[in-house]
Amino acid sequence: MTPRTDVVVTGLGAFTSLGEDAPSTWQAALAGASGARTLENDWAETYGIPVNFAATVVGDVTERLTRPETKRMDPSAQYAVVAAREAWADAGTPEIDPERLGAVVSSGIGGIITTLDGWDTLRERGARRMLPTTVPMLMPNSPSAYISLDFNAQAGAHALVSACASGAEAIGYGVDMIRAGRADVVIAGGTEAVIHPMPIASFAASRTLSLRNDDPAAASRPYDVDRDGFVIGEGAAIVILESAEHAAARGARVYAKLAGVGLSADAYHITSPEPEGRGQIRAMRSALDDAGVTAREVVHVNAHATSTKVGDMIEARAIRHLFASEADHIALSATKSMTGHLLGGAGALETLFTVKAVADRKAPPTINVDNPDPELDVPLVRGTPADLPSGDVAAVNNSFGFGGHNVALVVTNV
Amino acid sequence: MAYTEEEVLAGLAEIVAEESGQPASAVVPSASFTDDLDIDSLSMMTIITHAEDKFDVRIPDEDVKNLSTVGDAVAYIAKAQA
Repeated sequence: MTPRTDVVVTGLGAFTSLGEDAPSTWQAALAGASGARTLENDWAETYGIPVNFAATVVGDVTERLTRPETKRMDPSAQYAVVAAREAWADAGTPEIDPERLGAVVSSGIGGIITTLDGWDTLRERGARRMLPTTVPMLMPNSPSAYISLDFNAQAGAHALVSACASGAEAIGYGVDMIRAGRADVVIAGGTEAVIHPMPIASFAASRTLSLRNDDPAAASRPYDVDRDGFVIGEGAAIVILESAEHAAARGARVYAKLAGVGLSADAYHITSPEPEGRGQIRAMRSALDDAGVTAREVVHVNAHATSTKVGDMIEARAIRHLFASEADHIALSATKSMTGHLLGGAGALETLFTVKAVADRKAPPTINVDNPDPELDVPLVRGTPADLPSGDVAAVNNSFGFGGHNVALVVTNV
Repeated sequence: MAYTEEEVLAGLAEIVAEESGQPASAVVPSASFTDDLDIDSLSMMTIITHAEDKFDVRIPDEDVKNLSTVGDAVAYIAKAQA
């Protein structure tokens, strides 16, 4: 049997509530900044929505795109294309046969702003005023398709959908494409753009959002006793995945290895995670097995931890259960405390953070944890970043989604 | 109120420039939508939708295929609103 191809990360790109690119996003995360802010509109008042804040992207994405690009892409695709162009440049604009280049970019919800704008147009002005670009803008594979067009990626363009696990699942699928020999390089990640009253009201109706309107920056507080729900976010993150051989042949700078992918489904409830975290444990265990990494080697976990009462502790207990005594030396980070919850973009942004954590040996902090939940039994990185040990290390990024989708990715140093 | 051909040309040039990324100055009567302005069928239908809205005219799909240049479209719109 031929040895399996290693997959490495050679480029990073992001467009988030913390920064307009990956370096500024990472620096803001290390500094413990919050991307949550009060929405400058009257949605809460007009529609009676109990939440008036979100972690909105900084900067104007349209300044980074041409007019026709802006008009033809939903914001979810706009964020993804901008992040992909950054990641591609960061990877040194690889020379590659188009048939060996893939694109796997997910959105959890799709072009919902386009969908809702289209419905408004139809109701208010009739079918003759519907734009022919509506369908290619609202379809959830649109970010992936536009990135495939932009980079001439012909090995396959995919958009896996698993709610808030979508971005991580996309990266996992990209790894599989390279291992299966279907591509040498894959542009992979996730994106979301849902800052519109309908999705905000819908999440509020599911009672999953924080209602801390008077202090948005303190609202996302995973593992704090006073957590009261997640903060809706938006943005995109993209990584360039590459076979180790391809990266070596072109002398690429390598951040880290994407060493393991683990997937499972709870098959328990459409929104609630299975209380014992069995599915989460299986996903983490299979990712470690896939990477050939032992529990002892894991020094950092970027938790899914969204700041909900129930979800945070199920995951923390699952980590303690799987790692047992080895969990004592895990630096646990919940970066949604800073970025808000990017839904389909979250798993990609947190993978980017995990890659940077391994490359720079810095675990980003969890902010707003004034009083840690007494049940939390894994060492939490609070307030300021934690140094990670030198030598060979591994880190895990967890992403879980409504529907019971569990994805764990293992990142190791090179 | 009817638009003059000059006004239709100026308004159409604005729509085409937005959609195609070409400068409005390139949208001259002799310009072919496909050959000179790189307008594909999706873009053309988008332009027609905006033009119908702006000039308050109806341009049926079967007539769109006959509009190969900017001048054709200007003449059609000017006539249709009369």
